[in-house]
Formats: sequence, C-alpha cells, structure tokens
Amino acid sequence: MNFPDLKGRKVLIHDMCLRDGMHAKREQISLEQMVKVATALDAAGVPMLQVTHGAGLGGNSIQHGFAPHSNEAYISAVAAAVKRATLSVLLIPGLGTMRELDSAFQCGARSVHVATHCTEADTAQQHIAYGRKLGMDTSGFLMMAHLNSPEGIAAQGRLMESYGAQTVYVTDSAGYMLPGDVTARIAALRDALKPETEIGFHGHHNMGMGIANSIAAIAAGASRTDASVAGLGAGAGNTPLEVFVAVCERMGIETGCDLFALMDMAEDIIVPMMDHMVRVTREALTLGFAGVYSTFLLHAKRAEARYGVPARDILVELGRRKMIGGQEDMIEDTALTMARERGIAVSRAA
Amino acid sequence: MAKIRCALIGSGNIGTDLIYKLRRSDVLEPVWMVGIDPDSEGLKRAAAMGLKTTAAGVDGLLPHVATDHIQIAFDATSAYVHAENSRKLNALGVMMIDLTPAAIGPLCVPPVNLKQHTAKLEMNVNMISCAGQATIPIVHAVSRVQSVEYAEIVATLASKSIGPGTRANLDEFTYTTSDALVAVGGARRGKALAVINPAEPPMIMRNTIYCLTDDAPDVEKITESVLAMIGEVQTYVPGYKLVNGPVFDGKRVAVFMEVAGLGDYLPTYAGNLDIMTAAATRTAEMFAEEILAGTLKLPAPQEALA
Repeated sequence: MNFPDLKGRKVLIHDMCLRDGMHAKREQISLEQMVKVATALDAAGVPMLQVTHGAGLGGNSIQHGFAPHSNEAYISAVAAAVKRATLSVLLIPGLGTMRELDSAFQCGARSVHVATHCTEADTAQQHIAYGRKLGMDTSGFLMMAHLNSPEGIAAQGRLMESYGAQTVYVTDSAGYMLPGDVTARIAALRDALKPETEIGFHGHHNMGMGIANSIAAIAAGASRTDASVAGLGAGAGNTPLEVFVAVCERMGIETGCDLFALMDMAEDIIVPMMDHMVRVTREALTLGFAGVYSTFLLHAKRAEARYGVPARDILVELGRRKMIGGQEDMIEDTALTMARERGIAVSRAA
Repeated sequence: MAKIRCALIGSGNIGTDLIYKLRRSDVLEPVWMVGIDPDSEGLKRAAAMGLKTTAAGVDGLLPHVATDHIQIAFDATSAYVHAENSRKLNALGVMMIDLTPAAIGPLCVPPVNLKQHTAKLEMNVNMISCAGQATIPIVHAVSRVQSVEYAEIVATLASKSIGPGTRANLDEFTYTTSDALVAVGGARRGKALAVINPAEPPMIMRNTIYCLTDDAPDVEKITESVLAMIGEVQTYVPGYKLVNGPVFDGKRVAVFMEVAGLGDYLPTYAGNLDIMTAAATRTAEMFAEEILAGTLKLPAPQEALA
C-alpha cells in the first residue's frame, strides 16, 4: 500500500512550549524565558504560539500549581515581543471563565483552544461563542480523545462547530493513540464537519508516536498541528516541533517554518531550560500505555516521594479508575488510599 | 403533628427527588408540583404520588396558595425565572427556598449559618450549588479554628448527573461557588473548580477541599473540627464520607470527600443532586419548626386576585 502523497499540503503549526511546556517546568517559566522563547519562535516563522499556565486560563491554583506570574503578565510580555506570530490561550471550562478570556484578549491573545473532555463538548458552548464574539480564532479541543469512538468524536465536534468553533481538535492528551486511531477519528470528523471548518491534532509523545500520528492526521484531513520545540510539554512531551518540520519538508508539506533556526532553538534555548530530560521515561511510557492524562506525571512522582507508592502503580490505578484531565487531586487521594492498603505508615503532616 | 405545606416548582430531577425527601419529613408536606409541560414525566409522576399539579407555571399555583395553605416553596427551575417566581410567591406570604444559582437571598449552608437565618424572617434563602453544599462546611470547619487566607475546592461530578442547565452555564456555577467559599466558608479568597467525568459505571461525586491557613495549621484542632463537621452534615446527608485526610503540607490543609446520594429518585452516584435536595429540605425544616412553634411568623397569605 502506498502512503498518500501529501506534497503541496499546507499545515498551520502551533507551538505549545509556553503552555504545555509549563507542565514540564512545574509551571515555573520566567517572564524573561517566555520572551526569549517567543522571540525565537517568531523569528523561525512559527505562525501560532500558545502562552498560559499549563492548565490554561484560571490555572493558577493549588490543584494545578502556581506560576510565578499571572497569565495576563505572560501574555502581555509575549505580545510585546512578537512581530508576526498569533498568540493563543487555553481555556478549560470549569477552571477558566469568560472573564479570564476577556482579560487575555485585552492583553493581546487572538486565538483560543476551548478544551473539554472528549464527551463533554456541551460545557463549552458559552466560551466558544464568547471567543467568536471577541473576534478570536476559536478552536474546540476534545481532550483524551482515545476515550471516545470516531462516531462519538464526530458528534462532539459537530456540537463545537455549532457553537462557533472554526477548528476542532483531536487531542491525544494521554499519548495513547496509534496512527490508525488518529486516522479513524480525523476522518470521521472530516465527514461530519463543514468543509470550511478546520481540523487540528494535538499529540503527546508517550508512545513515541507524536510525529507519525501528526502525519496520519494530515493525511486524513487535518490542517493544524500542535507541537513544541524539543517536545517541551507534559509526559514525554508534545510532538517535537523541529522534527515534525523536518519530516514535513521531506514529504513536501508546507509549514513556512525555518528548520535550521528551530534545530538551533531546540538545542540552545529549550533543552537548557529543562529541569528533567523530556523523553519517554518509564512513567511517561506508562501514561501512554495505560491511557492516562500526561499532566499527571510529575504529580504522581511527587506523591511517590511523599507517600512511598511507586508513581507507575499510582498512574496505572488512576487509569483503571478512569480519571480524566483536571482530577489532579485524585493523585494524592489515590496515593493515600494505596499507602493505607499497603500498610505504609503515612504521617498527616509533612 | 401539624405540618407546613409546601409547593415544588420545577418538575425535573431535583423537584422529583424533593418529593421523597419531604414525604419523610415530620414537619413538611409536599402538596403542589408546578411544571410548564403537561406531558412531562415529572408532573405525571408527582400526580401519581398524590400531589396536586399544574403545567401553567407559578401562575397556575397562585390561586391555590391561600386555600391550600402553602407556606414554603422550593424553586428548582433556573436563575432566569427564579426572581419572578420569588416575587409572586413572597407577595402571598410564601417563603422561598432557592435551588437555582440566582442567589437573590442570603446563601445558606445548614450546619454553618442556618441558625443565624432562622433567627429572623428570611423570605428567600439560596442553596448556592451542590459543590458549595459539599465543601463549604469543611472550609468553615477550618476557618473556625484559625484564619484561612485562601480556600480552593475541586468538585468532580458524574457526567450523567449534570443537566443541560448547568452545562450551558458552567461559569455561573464557578462564580457562585467561589463567592460562597468566602461569604459563608469564611476564607478571604476562594476558587471553585468543576470536573465532569463520564466514566461508566458513573463515579460517585468527589470533592477535594484545600485551605491555606495564615499561620501554621493546628493539626489536632483542625482534624477534630473537620471530623465534627462531617458528623453534622451526615445528620441530613448520610452518604457524606471522608475518604482521606485531613492531610497537612506546610500551610495547606487537604480533605478528600465523597458524597453518595440516598438513591431516592436519583441514583446514588448523583450525590451532587442529593446534597442539594437534602440541604434544601433541612433548611425548610428548620424554618418550619420555628413557624410551627410560633417563634417565626410568615406574613399572612393573601387571596390571589382572580
């Protein structure tokens, strides 16, 4: 069988270093680092970049960690630094609100991913509509997409389109999907949505499938790809952006990005920023293998350190209990319960 | 013993579950169910359970308020119509228990501030939100021991238990609950997070309560206060259960709770809906006891104009 010829196809690349990458940095990216990364992305011709707390607008919390600066401060600093790129934000209803979207827009954000779990699109109606009312490029972002069938994803995508979403994303939050899973979901969406509605894919590299999945998405009709330079993101990171651009160049897919500038940026700016090497570690592979939300990784490692239950065991249990994005509180809860069951003495106060 | 006669407005899940709760009460009696759709399941069920029904909205109830001696009404419709419902019924001397996010009247969490509201006549009290009812008692249990700079709660709800109204207005839920963590819980700042989980079989409602205290938390006193408060909530919500905690990490206090419903009309996983109907019933009972004892007097009901 021949792989489809994608020569001449255009794909809009959306960098995630300064949003999903916040997770890999325990939300601790400085304003100076944000400006430096955004400036380099802009110079390399990356057309879209996302800037917020890892959990998006409203993300500063005990549940998701506190960044050193407000979302407004980050967005304003980056908006002043970039010349060409469009700034986007993440908004998860139930955490972020329209007030915060309004404030992000005032600071210079012009695009928004409105994210829900892959079966709960109808919690995003007011936020998608509000993004459009502000004149923002508005995407619906269906997280943990492996937990819904292709038909289910198509139905949820149609809902988001009906609220005003101009793009619908298949989001592989757990890095669980294989190319066939991606193809089936994107193709179902392509059949269900209006021709003018775009489709995006957001991958995580937990099973090493970030690039292959993103290419499968394009072959099935996607025209937007989320990625991050050097993969800086939750779990084993996002689809590594510079690698993806190299593959696109070889295949004749047009990205408009400067490959060598991105290679230099990965090596000289992003890798030195990493607190740990973002790669397919034992725990990250467990996320992909068990279908667990990538952001849970560092929380589970913290719980292991405090309660003496291995992170891998906690992650597998979270998968078994069908926990989804946003339930970070259940990591400590699960670790406490497992420690009790295993007879590990836990002190109430740390 | 005489009972206070009640009307239920809104014939959905909440209204129907309230029938069960009120029928068990020693001081309340469900008499009327008000809906807007004559073909609705809720109205048919209410009629089958012996209630008088109208599909003409609150206006269909008004002519019967005096003759049927209705003194308390529960509104489980929506924030948009609550104000008008409340105005019409208050004018006839009927007290309103508001289960919508409208929050016209004072916010009420039974074990925290109900006594203060029953001490004087309130013609409209608001029940905040399910997450508020499930978490504010714990925030208060910490803040009555020592000052809380910030309270944050995470409510995880089974997808099947969340109706279209809440889904379409998630921001309202967030704002109402966040504000109540401060106004009733006693924290200086508050933030509420909601997660909707579609797992099958449906998961039981979970609530995590975080408090940041100003000074190092007193582990013994806070633990004792939290456990005592859980006991108080259990008197009207038996499925209110501590899963883990309180655990202390620096100035952070964390309590991990689960709320199972009674399974009256709503399945047990829908602890979020059950805690609202149970809290509303508990609130109405406290007022009803005062009214029956003669310590609280509602304005005399007037005949509705024909």
